[in-house]
Amino acid sequence: MKKNLKLYWTLFYSTFYLSAFTFGGGFVIIPLMKKRFVDDRKWIENEEMLDLIAIAQSSPGAIAVNASIIMGYRIGGIPGSLIATLGTVLPPLIIISIISFFYTAFRDNTYVSALLKGMQSGVAAVIIDVVLTMAGGIIKEKRIISIIMMVGAFVATFFFNVNVAYIILICGAIGAFLTLREEKTRRRVK
Amino acid sequence: MIYLKLFLSFLQIGLFSIGGGYAAMPLIQQLIVEQNQWLTMTEFTDLITIAEMTPGPIAINSATFVGTRIAGLGGALIATLGCVLPSFIIVLTLAKLYYIYKNLTIVQGILGGLRPVVVAMIASAGLSILITAFWGEGKITSILDINYLAVGLFLIGLFILKKFKPNPIYVMLGCGIIGMIIYSII
Repeated sequence: MKKNLKLYWTLFYSTFYLSAFTFGGGFVIIPLMKKRFVDDRKWIENEEMLDLIAIAQSSPGAIAVNASIIMGYRIGGIPGSLIATLGTVLPPLIIISIISFFYTAFRDNTYVSALLKGMQSGVAAVIIDVVLTMAGGIIKEKRIISIIMMVGAFVATFFFNVNVAYIILICGAIGAFLTLREEKTRRRVK
Repeated sequence: MIYLKLFLSFLQIGLFSIGGGYAAMPLIQQLIVEQNQWLTMTEFTDLITIAEMTPGPIAINSATFVGTRIAGLGGALIATLGCVLPSFIIVLTLAKLYYIYKNLTIVQGILGGLRPVVVAMIASAGLSILITAFWGEGKITSILDINYLAVGLFLIGLFILKKFKPNPIYVMLGCGIIGMIIYSII
């Protein structure tokens, strides 16, 4: 029980801390979570992490919250997911409650807006760093079809604004079809 | 009564905002501004600005903001709960299924197809943020309008991340502080 309490506390502390620094949309939390749970704590394998993100991404709701729910579940079961959700929701809840009272003063403050402007560059660097590492992993697998799907999905979302749900459905279907076909040829060879 | 209305409205927002973040904005606007008239359009625009300037998902930020305005702290809690509940049930169900079936070949195939997509999604979001940082407003205008300080901060940040692998939060904060000093001098 004592060990559990410690695990839950670490989980709460990690999600709270990560959520408090997730400026600029849900995807920013994913590199931070990867760093914390995969690289530092080694709670989750890299490939499993990508699977869990895919689930978080294809479910409705905010990606940061979904990612916390699923990481929490993986690390500490249902109580873990409750704790991770609480940790993720609390920082925005506290900050927004305070800001809604002081909104105008906050928005017009030169230092605050300069700080936020500088942080944008830092956020971009963090995401691009993770993308380079992850894309490197996919390219190293040397499966041409994976590389084509990665580039295709990027072009579809970035340049054509295709709904993410369609891309997920199509690529999932392609993946399933290819594996089934490989399985069949393998059986024939035997 | 107002609590129930808040709860049900944000339950809908939580349930139908697929794709996260900006994809949820039109739905929030429809429910909060047009249907229930809890905020005016100006207040709604302010809300989006706050959401962009502060950490946390837009849906959760809206729930807290609207909840506080309509029914105080209790309202904020109820609205946030409504917003998170659908995700909670759906994600946990999918997670359970994943751990039961993840060794099936077909599930392996589907996930194998989704892994490159996840990387592509993160790349797309990252590039949008990069463009906003370099040019502002999310549009490339001309190479001459580029913000050189932002490019410099980005390159230094990326170099430090690649070379020393520090905690990313320090890089973000570091860029913010350097930016605050230089931008407020200019």
